[in-house]
Order: sequence, then structure tokens, then C-alpha cells
Amino acid sequence: MVATETAGTADQPGESGRAGRPSHPVLRARRLTRHFKVGGTFGRRTLHAVDDVDLVIGEREIVALVGESGSGKSTVARLLALLYPVTAGDIEFRGQPVASLRSRRRKLDYRRRVQMVFQDPFSSLSPVYPISHGLLRALILHRPELSRTARREEAERLLELVGLTPAREMLQKYPYELSGGQRQRVGFAAALACRPEVILADEPVSMLDVSIRIGLLNLMAELRERAGVSFLYITHDLASARYVADRMMVMYAGHVVESGPSEEVLTAPRHPYTQLLLAAAPDPWAPLGEAAEGDYGEPPKVVDPGEGCRFRPRCPLAVSACENITPRLTELGPGHSAACHVAADPALR
Amino acid sequence: MAAPLPSLPESAMWSVPADEPLLEVSDLVVEYASDEPVRAVDKVSLRVGRGEFVGIVGESGCGKSTLLYAISSLLTSPARVVSGSVTFKGHQMTSLTEDELRQIRWRDLSVVMQSAMNALNPVLTIGAQLRDAMAAHEKVSPARLRERSEDVLRLVGIDPIHLRSYPHQLSGGMRQRAMIAMALVFKPDLVIMDEPTSALDVVAQRSLILRVKQLQREIGFAVLFVTHDMSLVSHLSDRLAIMYAGQIAELGPTREVFSNPRHPYSQGLLQAFPSIRGPRRPLTGIPGSPPDLRRPPTGCRFHPRCGQVMEVCSRDEPRVHQVGDTDLVRCHLYEAEA
Repeated sequence: MVATETAGTADQPGESGRAGRPSHPVLRARRLTRHFKVGGTFGRRTLHAVDDVDLVIGEREIVALVGESGSGKSTVARLLALLYPVTAGDIEFRGQPVASLRSRRRKLDYRRRVQMVFQDPFSSLSPVYPISHGLLRALILHRPELSRTARREEAERLLELVGLTPAREMLQKYPYELSGGQRQRVGFAAALACRPEVILADEPVSMLDVSIRIGLLNLMAELRERAGVSFLYITHDLASARYVADRMMVMYAGHVVESGPSEEVLTAPRHPYTQLLLAAAPDPWAPLGEAAEGDYGEPPKVVDPGEGCRFRPRCPLAVSACENITPRLTELGPGHSAACHVAADPALR
Repeated sequence: MAAPLPSLPESAMWSVPADEPLLEVSDLVVEYASDEPVRAVDKVSLRVGRGEFVGIVGESGCGKSTLLYAISSLLTSPARVVSGSVTFKGHQMTSLTEDELRQIRWRDLSVVMQSAMNALNPVLTIGAQLRDAMAAHEKVSPARLRERSEDVLRLVGIDPIHLRSYPHQLSGGMRQRAMIAMALVFKPDLVIMDEPTSALDVVAQRSLILRVKQLQREIGFAVLFVTHDMSLVSHLSDRLAIMYAGQIAELGPTREVFSNPRHPYSQGLLQAFPSIRGPRRPLTGIPGSPPDLRRPPTGCRFHPRCGQVMEVCSRDEPRVHQVGDTDLVRCHLYEAEA
């Protein structure tokens, strides 16, 4: 059983084990911000990819980060994976600030525990090596205590865990011999090889066929149970977020505009953007409404934004306060928050 | 609302009797030649009437794009039509010369490709590309060219100011709308669309499909719309064809396919995507993955993944049946009823 094995990470220096503290967040980010410089020497401007994002991922929790392209959701994942340095804000892993991890060994340890699975299974595997290559390398690097035969057995066990059987044969295969769904399972197996506590899955199913997707979503739910992993599931698809996630956060133009329990957010969306996304999701069993005239679904480029709500040019409810005061995420129900002046104070409407 | 399209001289159009289908594909077989030929389209028959919206749904590698290429005579080696026919407005598409095809393409039949990012020339303005397309098909005065370019851009909701924009200055959604504008400059009878919205966000996707549907109703062209996302066409198409491994598994009125899916594959597809409404229930998807078309399974091509598989399924190829309002189901389950 995997869960008992991963509990062994408690002997790492400065870390508490996962057992006994279920309410303690595994990963927490406060006011996470990432800006990028754009333009040349004279036209230097700042792109605000992520601004003031607060995020908590609990033990064995699946949190969905929903947003359209350019909303900053992938940047959040990359910040959490330490692929980009933060512009401002801090990340804590099991109560310890990640910024305080000075030594290379401690940083490596964090990277092992917080793994990433990428969107494109067609380009994330090296075409010239069999599947075993990437898996065994991860095992050599992160679990040097394993012997050669133990590594092979572990690699087979991981493939079985992600549903790639017969594992022994699968190990010998090259990426071109596998379908997209199978390749994405290899991606999950490689992440699991490091015995992570959190997997940041960046649109893991969006490149896959419809009939395959649900299998991967089910795999995430299963790995949460069997391997005790928490997930940040990044997606643009509200329906799949609802299917697997306990909580969801909706991003727009670098801000989190709404967050709460999945069902709650979808049945009673408070932010007008969430309402727009919900109305636009194709649903064969719902009547097709009319699109708002002139709204072509273009999210803004967030270059040198001033104060004010970033959704206001598209918002049907915009009031004067939206022009110059950036709405903050405010709790409007149990665990359910939205960053909207009108939602917070319906009298404005 | 958008301006109406300028009409073309009547002589430019080929007339077709009203009762005849605009497009008729019968028993079309397309193969990719290699040591082991890949039969990407296998005995596909399909009719599209005037002004009709037909959706084709299937997973990657099911042959849906190859089918579109065959219909528009855009196949290049090693792909070739082995047998069957494509009749468009009374003309045998497969026997036309390159010159004759050029007359039809864009004017009577236009194609919107999947990726707008690659389909537009990055070093020419949108206006120049529209101009090229029009100039290739008829002699028009510059003023008239400009006027018509502005009209079609307005039609798809782009400010004509963007005639002077380069593709990189437009967002993905705008580029895709510009592609649709280009397809509409000659007011064609049939517009073929290959996953036109797959690169777009949900809100942009919805805005685009609503616009396409509206234009189709107003201008009256027929659409053949290929997608992998069944829910996307649910409100768009009049009829829906579900393709699997090069064959049409099921074909019928869209509403019927959604409310009474007959083929186990269609049933599986409808069970494969979660909904944002209603009770949350565990879904299974369809086990396994689509077959390798170099070595398709014997008998029914879906049988290795089918939950209702019978002994006969791995042995005999199923025949097509008409069941209820569904025009065509390729499945042994309906053998007894027939």
C-alpha cells in the first residue's frame, strides 16, 4: 500500500509527518505575485501575470484552479514549483516558508515533494528513450537508497498504480507506441516516483480525447486515496473541475475572483465572471442562451494595470466603484469568497 | 446586426435542383499508402442538404479530418481516394481537374482550417490576404474589394480597421473569426469547418459558434462541422454523425442522437464528459483507446472497447441499420430488429 510508504517522509529534517495533522495545510501561498518585464529599454512595461493570490491546499485535497488562457493559472503552478521566482508574496510548505530553504539539498527536497505534471504528453516525454528511462532516472535521483532491482520493481509498481499494465512490457515501450492517455499516465507515474505530497497538474487532460479524459480524472481521485497525494488541478473546464475537485478557485486576469467548495461555486456563483463561464460551458442538456452583444470572450492583457476591477469592461454589473477600487476577495458564505463590489454589497446594484 | 453580403452575379453560381442534396458522399474509401495501407475513411456515406448544418464527431485518428480533405479534394499523397464518390452540386469532385476545382473552391465551397494561428500568413495584413483570395477568383475594382472586405469583417464582428492589422496583432479568437470571414467572401453554398474553435477559450468558443449559427441562418449556407467535442455541436447541428475508426458508427438528427444514443460508442461518449449541472455521479469513460488503423480489429471495430459485446462482434462486420428516427447505426445489436 502506498499511503503507508509515503508516511516515511516524516524522517526528513525539519518536517512533520502527514499523520495526525489532517487540518494543517500542506501548501499555502500568501499574496503570491509575479510580474514580467515586457518591451524594450524605452518602452519598458510590466505584465501582471499573477497578483495577490492566496491559496491553500489541504491534506489529500484536490483544489481546482479554473481560468481561461492568459488568466495566470499556469504561472501560479510554476511559482509553486519554484520554476519562476516570486515577485512578491510567500509560499509555505507544511508551515515552513520556502524562501527559507537555502541549501540546494533542502530545495531539491521541496521539489521532490511538490511535483508537476504538464499539459502536453506528446512533448513532455523524450522520444528517444523507452518509458523506463525517465522513471528510473527519477528514482536514482530522488531515492538513491533503492537497489537496481528494487528500482525496477518500484517502476513497475508505479506503472501499475497509474493503470498501465502489463507493467513489465510497458517499461520497454517508447513514447510513440503509446496513446496520449497512456503517455499522460506515464507523466503521473514519473511524478509519483518521487513520492510527492502535492502534484501540480497543469491542464493534464486538455490534449486528450474525450473518452480518455475521464479515466485520468478518476486516476487523480484514486491517487489521492491510494498514494495520499494532494492536487492542484489546473483547468479551463468547469465541469471537470466540479467532477474531481473539493474546492475551486476561479482566476481572471491574474486575480482570484472567486473561491469556495466546488458545488457551492457552481450552484451559486457570486462573481459575474464565474457566471459568464458557467453560461458559456457547452451543455447539451441546457438551452442555448444568447451571447452578450459584443462580448467575444477576450480576456485582457494585464500590462501596467491601474486600480479597479479587471473584469469591469466586460461586466454587466459594473458600478462606479469598480473603476478605481480593486475589489478584494471577501468571504460571502462559509468558505465561499468572491472579489466583487456588487456581490459584496448588493445595494450597489 | 451585420451587413448583408454583396451578391454575386448569377452566372458565377452553378444551379442545382432543389430536391437534390448539395453534397452527397457515397461509399467513400480513403487510404494512406504505405507498407500497411491505413484505411482512414472506410465506406462513408453522407448527405448534406442546402442550408443544412451537419456535425461530425469523433476522436483523434478516427478519420474525420481525412474525410473533410477528401470532400474538398485537398488530399495529398500518400492519401488517396480508393473508391466511392463525392458529388457536390451535381459534379463529381474526384474527377474534376485542378482548374475546375479552383473554380469551385472558395466560391462554392470553402474550408476553415483548425488552427487559425498557422492558417494566416504572418507577414501579410488581413486586408491583403482577403484581397489575394478575391483577386484570384475574379476581377474586381480596388474600391469594390475594399468594400467587400469591410463587409465580411463586420459580418464576423471585427472592426474593419483590422484590415491593416497583421495576424500577430489579433487575438486567437479574432484570427479565427478572420478565417471565417475569408471563407465567406464569396457567399459559398457549403462551408467546411475543421475544429474551428478547438484553440479558443470557452467564452470565445461560444461567441464564435453562436456567430456561425447566426450567419448560417441568415445567409443560408450549409455547414459541415467537425469536432471532437460532442457537447459543442449539440445546439448547432441539424444532424450528427459519430465516427469511429474510419467509419460512421451512428448518424441521425442531433436531438435524437443525444436523447436516444443507439450505438454503444455514442452511449459511451455521452457518458464520458462530466456535467456542470445535475447530480454528481461517477463516470467511467470508455476503456481502452481507439484502434491502430493499420491493423483494425476484426468484425466490429469497436468491439474491444464495447460493454455490450457479443460473440458475433469479433467475427462479422456489422451492417448498418435504420432504427427509429436514427438514420444509421452500425451495430450488431440491431440485427434482430431489422
